[in-house]
Amino acid sequence: MDLIDILIEWFPYLISGIFATLGLVASALVIGVLVGLPMALGQVYGKFPVRAVVGIYVWFFRGLPVLVLLFLFYFGIFPGLGLDLPAFFVGATVLGLRGAAYQSQIFRGAIQSISEGQMIAARSLGMTRLQGIRNVILPQAVRIALPGWSNEYPNILTDSAICYAIGVAELLTRTSQIVSQTYVTMPIYLVCAGIFILLNYAGLRVLHEIEKKIEVPGFGTGAA
Amino acid sequence: MADEEYILRVENIHKSFGELEVLRGVTFDVKKGETICFIGPSGTGKSTLLRCINQLNKPDDGHVWLHGEEVTNSGNRINYFRQRIGMVFQNFFLFDHLTALKNVEIALIKVRGMDPKEAREKALYELRQVGMEKWAEHYPAELSGGQAQRVSIARALAMDPDVILFDEPTSALDPELTREVLEVMKLLAEQGMTMLVVTHEMGFACSVATRIMFMEHGIIQEQGSPDQMMSDQTFERCKNFIGKVTGYGTD
Ligand SMILES: Nc1ncnc2c1ncn2[C@@H]1O[C@H](COP(=O)(O)OP(=O)(O)OP(=O)(O)O)[C@@H](O)[C@H]1O
Ligand SMILES: [Mg+2]
Repeated sequence: MDLIDILIEWFPYLISGIFATLGLVASALVIGVLVGLPMALGQVYGKFPVRAVVGIYVWFFRGLPVLVLLFLFYFGIFPGLGLDLPAFFVGATVLGLRGAAYQSQIFRGAIQSISEGQMIAARSLGMTRLQGIRNVILPQAVRIALPGWSNEYPNILTDSAICYAIGVAELLTRTSQIVSQTYVTMPIYLVCAGIFILLNYAGLRVLHEIEKKIEVPGFGTGAA
Repeated sequence: MADEEYILRVENIHKSFGELEVLRGVTFDVKKGETICFIGPSGTGKSTLLRCINQLNKPDDGHVWLHGEEVTNSGNRINYFRQRIGMVFQNFFLFDHLTALKNVEIALIKVRGMDPKEAREKALYELRQVGMEKWAEHYPAELSGGQAQRVSIARALAMDPDVILFDEPTSALDPELTREVLEVMKLLAEQGMTMLVVTHEMGFACSVATRIMFMEHGIIQEQGSPDQMMSDQTFERCKNFIGKVTGYGTD
Protein backbone atom coordinates (compact mmCIF):
# COMPACT_ATOMS: atom_id res chain seq x y z
CA MET A 1 0.00 0.00 0.00
CA ASP A 2 1.11 3.50 -0.79
CA LEU A 3 2.04 5.77 2.15
CA ILE A 4 -0.48 8.34 0.98
CA ASP A 5 -3.25 5.76 0.96
CA ILE A 6 -2.28 4.62 4.44
CA LEU A 7 -2.31 8.18 5.71
CA ILE A 8 -5.69 8.85 4.16
CA GLU A 9 -7.12 5.67 5.59
CA TRP A 10 -5.75 6.27 9.09
CA PHE A 11 -6.18 10.02 9.01
CA PRO A 12 -8.91 10.19 11.69
CA TYR A 13 -6.69 8.05 13.88
CA LEU A 14 -3.76 10.45 13.54
CA ILE A 15 -5.94 13.47 14.08
CA SER A 16 -7.39 12.06 17.28
CA GLY A 17 -3.82 11.36 18.40
CA ILE A 18 -2.83 14.96 17.69
CA PHE A 19 -5.79 16.24 19.66
CA ALA A 20 -4.95 13.96 22.58
CA THR A 21 -1.35 15.18 22.56
CA LEU A 22 -2.41 18.82 22.41
CA GLY A 23 -4.93 18.12 25.15
CA LEU A 24 -2.21 16.67 27.35
CA VAL A 25 0.09 19.63 26.72
CA ALA A 26 -2.58 22.28 27.20
CA SER A 27 -3.87 20.73 30.44
CA ALA A 28 -0.33 20.28 31.72
CA LEU A 29 0.55 23.91 30.97
CA VAL A 30 -2.61 25.16 32.65
CA ILE A 31 -2.05 22.99 35.72
CA GLY A 32 1.56 24.11 35.70
CA VAL A 33 0.60 27.78 35.90
CA LEU A 34 -2.24 27.28 38.36
CA VAL A 35 0.02 25.35 40.72
CA GLY A 36 3.40 26.85 39.85
CA LEU A 37 2.52 30.53 40.19
CA PRO A 38 1.04 30.31 43.71
CA MET A 39 4.03 28.17 44.70
CA ALA A 40 6.38 30.87 43.44
CA LEU A 41 4.48 33.50 45.43
CA GLY A 42 4.61 31.24 48.47
CA GLN A 43 8.32 30.79 48.08
CA VAL A 44 8.96 34.51 47.82
CA TYR A 45 6.39 35.95 50.20
CA GLY A 46 5.43 32.99 52.38
CA LYS A 47 6.55 32.10 55.87
CA PHE A 48 8.93 29.24 56.56
CA PRO A 49 6.44 26.30 56.53
CA VAL A 50 5.08 27.40 53.16
CA ARG A 51 8.55 27.80 51.72
CA ALA A 52 9.55 24.39 53.07
CA VAL A 53 6.55 22.62 51.55
CA VAL A 54 7.18 24.24 48.18
CA GLY A 55 10.86 23.35 48.41
CA ILE A 56 10.08 19.69 49.05
CA TYR A 57 7.53 19.64 46.23
CA VAL A 58 10.00 21.07 43.75
CA TRP A 59 12.73 18.73 44.90
CA PHE A 60 10.41 15.72 44.54
CA PHE A 61 9.03 16.48 41.10
CA ARG A 62 12.32 17.56 39.62
CA GLY A 63 14.21 14.68 41.17
CA LEU A 64 12.36 11.79 39.54
CA PRO A 65 12.27 10.63 35.91
CA VAL A 66 8.94 11.37 34.22
CA LEU A 67 8.29 7.71 33.63
CA VAL A 68 8.79 6.91 37.30
CA LEU A 69 6.38 9.70 38.25
CA LEU A 70 3.87 8.45 35.72
CA PHE A 71 3.93 4.85 37.00
CA LEU A 72 3.97 6.04 40.59
CA PHE A 73 0.76 8.00 40.09
CA TYR A 74 -0.94 5.63 37.66
CA PHE A 75 -0.26 2.36 39.43
CA GLY A 76 0.44 3.60 42.95
CA ILE A 77 -0.82 6.89 44.29
CA PHE A 78 -4.18 7.27 42.51
CA PRO A 79 -5.24 3.62 42.94
CA GLY A 80 -3.98 3.82 46.53
CA LEU A 81 -6.36 6.72 47.08
CA GLY A 82 -9.11 4.56 45.67
CA LEU A 83 -9.26 6.63 42.49
CA ASP A 84 -9.72 4.85 39.20
CA LEU A 85 -8.81 7.63 36.81
CA PRO A 86 -8.55 7.54 33.03
CA ALA A 87 -4.97 7.35 31.74
CA PHE A 88 -5.34 10.67 29.93
CA PHE A 89 -6.26 12.40 33.16
CA VAL A 90 -3.34 10.86 35.02
CA GLY A 91 -0.93 11.75 32.21
CA ALA A 92 -2.05 15.38 32.10
CA THR A 93 -1.92 15.66 35.87
CA VAL A 94 1.57 14.22 36.18
CA LEU A 95 2.93 16.35 33.35
CA GLY A 96 1.20 19.37 34.92
CA LEU A 97 2.41 18.78 38.46
CA ARG A 98 5.93 18.15 37.23
CA GLY A 99 5.74 21.23 35.00
CA ALA A 100 4.57 23.24 38.01
CA ALA A 101 7.80 22.39 39.80
CA TYR A 102 9.85 23.81 36.95
CA GLN A 103 7.52 26.72 36.27
CA SER A 104 7.46 27.77 39.91
CA GLN A 105 11.20 28.35 39.68
CA ILE A 106 10.81 30.37 36.48
CA PHE A 107 8.15 32.54 38.14
CA ARG A 108 10.14 32.80 41.35
CA GLY A 109 13.18 34.08 39.47
CA ALA A 110 10.98 36.61 37.69
CA ILE A 111 9.36 37.85 40.91
CA GLN A 112 12.71 38.13 42.65
CA SER A 113 14.18 40.10 39.79
CA ILE A 114 11.60 42.86 40.32
CA SER A 115 13.12 45.70 42.28
CA GLU A 116 11.92 46.06 45.83
CA GLY A 117 10.95 49.65 45.11
CA GLN A 118 7.93 48.49 43.09
CA MET A 119 6.26 47.01 46.14
CA ILE A 120 7.36 49.92 48.35
CA ALA A 121 5.74 52.35 45.93
CA ALA A 122 2.56 50.27 45.87
CA ARG A 123 2.39 50.19 49.65
CA SER A 124 3.10 53.91 49.89
CA LEU A 125 -0.06 54.54 47.87
CA GLY A 126 -2.16 52.58 50.32
CA MET A 127 -2.25 49.24 48.52
CA THR A 128 -2.30 46.15 50.70
CA ARG A 129 0.40 43.59 50.09
CA LEU A 130 -2.07 41.47 48.16
CA GLN A 131 -3.08 44.44 45.98
CA GLY A 132 0.59 45.16 45.38
CA ILE A 133 1.17 41.57 44.29
CA ARG A 134 -1.87 41.53 42.03
CA ASN A 135 -1.55 44.95 40.42
CA VAL A 136 2.20 45.44 40.30
CA ILE A 137 4.26 42.33 40.95
CA LEU A 138 2.33 39.72 38.96
CA PRO A 139 1.85 41.74 35.76
CA GLN A 140 5.58 42.42 35.71
CA ALA A 141 6.56 38.89 36.70
CA VAL A 142 4.46 37.37 33.92
CA ARG A 143 6.15 39.56 31.34
CA ILE A 144 9.59 38.76 32.65
CA ALA A 145 8.85 35.05 32.92
CA LEU A 146 7.15 34.51 29.57
CA PRO A 147 10.25 33.87 27.40
CA GLY A 148 11.56 31.28 29.85
CA TRP A 149 8.09 29.93 30.39
CA SER A 150 7.65 29.46 26.63
CA ASN A 151 10.39 26.84 26.75
CA GLU A 152 8.09 24.76 28.89
CA TYR A 153 5.91 24.20 25.85
CA PRO A 154 8.43 22.16 23.79
CA ASN A 155 9.56 20.42 26.97
CA ILE A 156 6.07 19.26 27.86
CA LEU A 157 5.19 18.51 24.25
CA THR A 158 8.13 16.12 23.90
CA ASP A 159 7.58 14.68 27.38
CA SER A 160 3.95 14.00 26.58
CA ALA A 161 4.88 11.07 24.34
CA ILE A 162 5.84 9.16 27.46
CA CYS A 163 2.12 8.81 28.23
CA TYR A 164 2.31 6.04 25.63
CA ALA A 165 3.56 3.92 28.53
CA ILE A 166 0.22 4.04 30.33
CA GLY A 167 -1.79 3.76 27.15
CA VAL A 168 -3.02 7.29 26.59
CA ALA A 169 -4.20 7.44 22.98
CA GLU A 170 -1.87 10.28 22.08
CA LEU A 171 0.11 10.74 18.89
CA LEU A 172 2.86 8.18 19.52
CA THR A 173 0.37 5.55 20.70
CA ARG A 174 -1.73 6.09 17.60
CA THR A 175 1.33 5.97 15.39
CA SER A 176 2.51 2.65 16.75
CA GLN A 177 -1.00 1.27 16.39
CA ILE A 178 -0.94 2.22 12.72
CA VAL A 179 2.49 0.63 12.35
CA SER A 180 1.35 -2.64 13.87
CA GLN A 181 -1.70 -2.71 11.63
CA THR A 182 0.05 -1.84 8.37
CA TYR A 183 3.57 -3.21 8.92
CA VAL A 184 4.90 0.07 7.48
CA THR A 185 7.41 1.32 10.02
CA MET A 186 9.90 3.96 9.07
CA PRO A 187 7.67 6.23 6.95
CA ILE A 188 4.94 6.25 9.57
CA TYR A 189 7.31 7.12 12.40
CA LEU A 190 8.76 9.86 10.19
CA VAL A 191 5.28 11.26 9.73
CA CYS A 192 4.84 11.15 13.51
CA ALA A 193 8.16 12.96 14.00
CA GLY A 194 7.16 15.54 11.40
CA ILE A 195 3.91 16.21 13.19
CA PHE A 196 5.73 16.72 16.51
CA ILE A 197 8.11 19.18 14.89
CA LEU A 198 5.20 21.02 13.32
CA LEU A 199 3.32 21.22 16.63
CA ASN A 200 6.47 22.44 18.30
CA TYR A 201 7.02 25.16 15.77
CA ALA A 202 3.40 26.29 15.65
CA GLY A 203 3.10 26.46 19.44
CA LEU A 204 6.24 28.52 19.80
CA ARG A 205 4.99 30.91 17.14
CA VAL A 206 1.77 31.42 19.07
CA LEU A 207 3.67 32.06 22.32
CA HIS A 208 5.95 34.46 20.51
CA GLU A 209 2.93 36.41 19.29
CA ILE A 210 1.61 36.59 22.85
CA GLU A 211 4.98 37.87 24.05
CA LYS A 212 4.83 40.62 21.45
CA LYS A 213 1.26 41.48 22.40
CA ILE A 214 2.02 42.13 26.04
CA GLU A 215 5.45 43.61 25.49
CA VAL A 216 6.14 46.88 27.27
CA PRO A 217 9.10 49.19 26.61
CA GLY A 218 11.84 48.54 29.11
CA PHE A 219 10.88 44.91 29.61
CA GLY A 220 13.06 42.49 27.69
CA THR A 221 10.44 39.87 26.86
CA GLY A 222 12.66 38.48 24.17
CA ALA A 223 10.17 39.34 21.44
CA ALA A 224 12.63 41.65 19.74
CA MET B 1 -4.91 69.94 72.37
CA ALA B 2 -4.30 72.21 69.45
CA ASP B 3 -4.62 69.41 66.97
CA GLU B 4 -6.46 71.67 64.56
CA GLU B 5 -3.39 73.75 64.10
CA TYR B 6 -1.00 70.90 63.34
CA ILE B 7 -1.92 68.45 60.64
CA LEU B 8 1.01 66.17 61.37
CA ARG B 9 2.66 65.51 64.70
CA VAL B 10 5.73 63.38 65.07
CA GLU B 11 6.53 62.50 68.63
CA ASN B 12 9.70 60.96 70.03
CA ILE B 13 10.36 58.50 67.20
CA HIS B 14 12.97 55.86 67.90
CA LYS B 15 14.18 53.31 65.39
CA SER B 16 17.02 50.82 65.43
CA PHE B 17 18.16 48.28 62.87
CA GLY B 18 19.68 45.56 65.00
CA GLU B 19 22.46 47.17 67.02
CA LEU B 20 22.39 50.33 64.96
CA GLU B 21 20.36 53.09 66.63
CA VAL B 22 19.26 55.22 63.69
CA LEU B 23 16.59 57.50 65.17
CA ARG B 24 17.04 58.56 68.79
CA GLY B 25 13.92 60.51 69.58
CA VAL B 26 12.67 62.80 66.82
CA THR B 27 9.83 65.21 67.57
CA PHE B 28 8.28 67.93 65.46
CA ASP B 29 4.89 69.29 64.43
CA VAL B 30 3.80 70.35 60.98
CA LYS B 31 1.29 73.06 60.18
CA LYS B 32 -0.82 72.98 57.09
CA GLY B 33 0.97 74.47 54.10
CA GLU B 34 4.43 74.21 55.58
CA THR B 35 7.41 73.04 53.59
CA ILE B 36 10.00 71.56 55.91
CA CYS B 37 13.40 70.68 54.53
CA PHE B 38 15.55 68.09 56.24
CA ILE B 39 19.24 68.25 55.66
CA GLY B 40 22.11 66.36 57.18
CA PRO B 41 24.93 63.96 56.51
CA SER B 42 24.42 60.57 54.93
CA GLY B 43 23.29 57.82 57.27
CA THR B 44 21.79 60.07 59.93
CA GLY B 45 18.34 58.59 59.47
CA LYS B 46 16.54 61.10 57.24
CA SER B 47 15.06 58.43 54.97
CA THR B 48 14.26 56.28 57.96
CA LEU B 49 12.40 59.18 59.55
CA LEU B 50 10.20 59.70 56.47
CA ARG B 51 9.53 55.97 56.30
CA CYS B 52 8.59 55.92 59.95
CA ILE B 53 5.99 58.59 59.30
CA ASN B 54 4.02 56.44 56.84
CA GLN B 55 5.07 53.24 58.59
CA LEU B 56 7.05 51.76 55.71
CA ASN B 57 9.47 51.34 58.60
CA LYS B 58 7.84 50.54 61.92
CA PRO B 59 9.21 52.80 64.64
CA ASP B 60 10.32 51.05 67.82
CA ASP B 61 8.90 53.82 69.93
CA GLY B 62 7.04 57.10 69.52
CA HIS B 63 3.88 58.23 67.77
CA VAL B 64 2.75 59.86 64.56
CA TRP B 65 -0.55 61.70 64.41
CA LEU B 66 -2.35 62.89 61.30
CA HIS B 67 -5.19 65.32 62.01
CA GLY B 68 -5.23 64.03 65.57
CA GLU B 69 -5.61 60.40 64.51
CA GLU B 70 -2.84 58.02 65.41
CA VAL B 71 -0.97 56.66 62.40
CA THR B 72 1.34 54.48 64.46
CA ASN B 73 -0.24 51.27 65.76
CA SER B 74 -3.20 51.78 63.43
CA GLY B 75 -3.31 48.19 62.11
CA ASN B 76 -5.00 47.87 58.75
CA ARG B 77 -5.99 51.51 58.81
CA ILE B 78 -2.42 52.28 57.83
CA ASN B 79 -3.51 51.77 54.23
CA TYR B 80 -5.96 54.60 54.69
CA PHE B 81 -3.29 56.86 56.22
CA ARG B 82 -0.88 56.09 53.41
CA GLN B 83 -3.41 57.50 50.97
CA ARG B 84 -3.35 60.69 53.01
CA ILE B 85 0.46 60.76 53.19
CA GLY B 86 2.03 60.76 49.74
CA MET B 87 5.60 59.73 49.13
CA VAL B 88 8.10 60.54 46.41
CA PHE B 89 11.31 58.51 46.17
CA GLN B 90 14.81 59.26 45.04
CA ASN B 91 14.60 56.59 42.34
CA PHE B 92 10.99 57.38 41.41
CA PHE B 93 9.78 53.78 41.71
CA LEU B 94 7.29 54.25 38.89
CA PHE B 95 5.46 51.05 38.00
CA ASP B 96 7.56 49.89 35.06
CA HIS B 97 4.80 48.01 33.26
CA LEU B 98 2.37 50.93 33.20
CA THR B 99 2.20 54.11 31.16
CA ALA B 100 2.57 57.45 32.93
CA LEU B 101 -1.19 57.82 32.91
CA LYS B 102 -1.81 54.35 34.35
CA ASN B 103 0.84 54.95 36.99
CA VAL B 104 -1.17 57.88 38.22
CA GLU B 105 -4.62 56.31 37.98
CA ILE B 106 -3.94 52.81 39.30
CA ALA B 107 -4.22 53.63 42.99
CA LEU B 108 -7.29 55.76 42.34
CA ILE B 109 -8.99 52.76 40.77
CA LYS B 110 -7.63 49.92 42.88
CA VAL B 111 -7.35 51.62 46.25
CA ARG B 112 -9.91 54.39 46.18
CA GLY B 113 -12.33 52.41 44.02
CA MET B 114 -12.83 55.35 41.70
CA ASP B 115 -14.67 54.89 38.42
CA PRO B 116 -12.02 54.34 35.70
CA LYS B 117 -13.26 57.23 33.56
CA GLU B 118 -13.18 59.60 36.48
CA ALA B 119 -9.76 58.30 37.51
CA ARG B 120 -8.45 58.94 34.02
CA GLU B 121 -9.62 62.55 34.08
CA LYS B 122 -8.08 63.05 37.49
CA ALA B 123 -4.81 61.44 36.41
CA LEU B 124 -4.64 63.63 33.31
CA TYR B 125 -5.29 66.66 35.47
CA GLU B 126 -2.42 65.76 37.79
CA LEU B 127 -0.11 65.07 34.86
CA ARG B 128 -0.98 68.52 33.54
CA GLN B 129 -0.06 70.00 36.92
CA VAL B 130 3.47 68.64 36.56
CA GLY B 131 3.72 69.37 32.84
CA MET B 132 3.61 65.73 31.78
CA GLU B 133 0.24 65.48 30.07
CA LYS B 134 1.85 65.03 26.66
CA TRP B 135 3.70 61.99 27.96
CA ALA B 136 0.64 60.26 29.36
CA GLU B 137 0.89 57.25 27.05
CA HIS B 138 4.62 56.71 27.50
CA TYR B 139 6.21 54.04 29.65
CA PRO B 140 8.72 54.82 32.43
CA ALA B 141 11.60 53.43 30.34
CA GLU B 142 10.84 56.11 27.75
CA LEU B 143 11.05 59.02 30.20
CA SER B 144 14.01 61.05 31.39
CA GLY B 145 14.71 61.00 35.11
CA GLY B 146 13.18 64.43 35.54
CA GLN B 147 10.06 63.41 33.66
CA ALA B 148 9.77 60.19 35.63
CA GLN B 149 10.07 62.07 38.89
CA ARG B 150 7.37 64.53 37.83
CA VAL B 151 5.08 61.61 37.00
CA SER B 152 5.76 60.14 40.42
CA ILE B 153 4.83 63.48 41.97
CA ALA B 154 1.60 63.40 39.97
CA ARG B 155 0.99 59.89 41.24
CA ALA B 156 1.31 61.10 44.82
CA LEU B 157 -0.83 64.18 44.15
CA ALA B 158 -3.63 62.13 42.65
CA MET B 159 -4.56 60.74 46.05
CA ASP B 160 -5.19 64.30 47.31
CA PRO B 161 -2.81 63.77 50.21
CA ASP B 162 -2.67 66.00 53.28
CA VAL B 163 1.10 65.90 53.18
CA ILE B 164 3.75 64.61 50.78
CA LEU B 165 7.08 63.15 51.87
CA PHE B 166 9.95 63.68 49.43
CA ASP B 167 13.06 61.59 49.97
CA GLU B 168 15.87 63.23 48.04
CA PRO B 169 13.69 63.69 44.97
CA THR B 170 16.46 65.16 42.84
CA SER B 171 19.52 63.26 44.02
CA ALA B 172 19.40 60.89 41.07
CA LEU B 173 19.12 63.73 38.55
CA ASP B 174 21.61 65.93 36.77
CA PRO B 175 21.34 69.71 37.33
CA GLU B 176 19.10 70.46 34.36
CA LEU B 177 16.55 67.80 35.35
CA THR B 178 16.87 68.75 39.00
CA ARG B 179 15.68 72.22 38.12
CA GLU B 180 12.49 71.05 36.38
CA VAL B 181 11.57 68.89 39.37
CA LEU B 182 12.32 71.60 41.92
CA GLU B 183 10.18 74.03 39.94
CA VAL B 184 7.23 71.67 40.21
CA MET B 185 7.82 71.31 43.94
CA LYS B 186 8.09 75.04 44.38
CA LEU B 187 4.76 75.44 42.62
CA LEU B 188 3.20 72.90 44.95
CA ALA B 189 4.54 74.78 47.96
CA GLU B 190 3.05 78.00 46.63
CA GLN B 191 -0.30 76.28 46.15
CA GLY B 192 -0.26 75.39 49.84
CA MET B 193 0.70 71.72 49.72
CA THR B 194 2.26 70.51 52.96
CA MET B 195 5.61 68.93 52.25
CA LEU B 196 8.48 67.30 54.11
CA VAL B 197 11.53 67.28 51.89
CA VAL B 198 14.83 65.53 52.48
CA THR B 199 17.24 67.32 50.19
CA HIS B 200 20.75 68.54 49.63
CA GLU B 201 19.52 71.41 47.48
CA MET B 202 20.31 74.35 49.71
CA GLY B 203 19.02 76.86 47.17
CA PHE B 204 15.63 75.19 47.22
CA ALA B 205 15.63 74.86 51.01
CA CYS B 206 16.48 78.52 51.56
CA SER B 207 13.97 79.86 49.05
CA VAL B 208 11.02 77.53 49.57
CA ALA B 209 11.22 76.03 53.07
CA THR B 210 9.26 77.52 55.92
CA ARG B 211 11.56 75.63 58.25
CA ILE B 212 14.86 73.86 57.92
CA MET B 213 15.78 70.97 60.17
CA PHE B 214 19.34 69.84 60.46
CA MET B 215 19.59 66.17 61.39
CA GLU B 216 22.63 64.40 62.67
CA HIS B 217 23.15 61.19 64.64
CA GLY B 218 19.47 60.36 64.67
CA ILE B 219 18.07 63.56 66.13
CA ILE B 220 17.16 67.04 64.97
CA GLN B 221 20.19 69.05 66.04
CA GLU B 222 19.13 72.48 64.87
CA GLN B 223 16.04 73.99 63.33
CA GLY B 224 14.69 77.32 62.27
CA SER B 225 13.60 79.45 59.35
CA PRO B 226 15.90 79.88 56.36
CA ASP B 227 16.59 83.44 57.54
CA GLN B 228 17.62 82.22 60.95
CA MET B 229 19.84 79.68 59.36
CA MET B 230 21.55 82.33 57.30
CA SER B 231 22.10 84.73 60.19
CA ASP B 232 22.05 82.93 63.53
CA GLN B 233 25.04 81.63 65.36
CA THR B 234 22.98 78.65 66.37
CA PHE B 235 23.08 76.91 63.02
CA GLU B 236 26.76 76.35 63.35
CA ARG B 237 26.80 72.58 62.82
CA CYS B 238 24.48 72.91 59.90
CA LYS B 239 26.55 75.58 58.19
CA ASN B 240 29.61 73.55 58.79
CA PHE B 241 27.92 70.63 57.02
CA ILE B 242 26.69 72.80 54.17
CA GLY B 243 30.17 74.17 53.76
CA LYS B 244 31.41 70.66 53.27
CA VAL B 245 28.65 69.82 50.82
CA THR B 246 28.93 72.91 48.65
CA GLY B 247 32.65 73.32 49.00
CA TYR B 248 32.27 76.89 50.28
CA GLY B 249 33.70 77.84 53.66
CA THR B 250 31.31 79.42 56.14
CA ASP B 251 33.72 81.24 58.39
N1 LIG C 1 16.18 48.33 56.35
C1 LIG C 1 17.35 48.58 56.93
N2 LIG C 1 18.04 47.59 57.54
C2 LIG C 1 19.23 47.83 58.14
N3 LIG C 1 19.81 49.02 58.20
C3 LIG C 1 19.18 50.06 57.63
C4 LIG C 1 17.92 49.89 56.96
N4 LIG C 1 17.52 51.08 56.47
C5 LIG C 1 18.49 51.96 56.82
N5 LIG C 1 19.48 51.35 57.52
C6 LIG C 1 20.68 51.99 58.06
O1 LIG C 1 20.26 53.07 58.87
C7 LIG C 1 21.12 54.19 58.74
C8 LIG C 1 20.33 55.41 58.38
O2 LIG C 1 19.84 55.22 57.06
P1 LIG C 1 18.98 56.32 56.31
O3 LIG C 1 18.77 55.79 54.95
O4 LIG C 1 17.79 56.66 57.10
O5 LIG C 1 19.97 57.56 56.29
P2 LIG C 1 19.85 58.90 55.46
O6 LIG C 1 20.00 60.01 56.44
O7 LIG C 1 18.64 58.89 54.64
O8 LIG C 1 21.16 58.85 54.56
P3 LIG C 1 21.32 59.23 53.01
O9 LIG C 1 21.63 60.70 52.96
O10 LIG C 1 22.53 58.41 52.61
O11 LIG C 1 20.11 58.84 52.29
C9 LIG C 1 22.16 53.79 57.71
O12 LIG C 1 23.33 53.42 58.40
C10 LIG C 1 21.56 52.62 57.01
O13 LIG C 1 22.56 51.73 56.57
MG1 LIG D 1 18.25 58.69 52.56
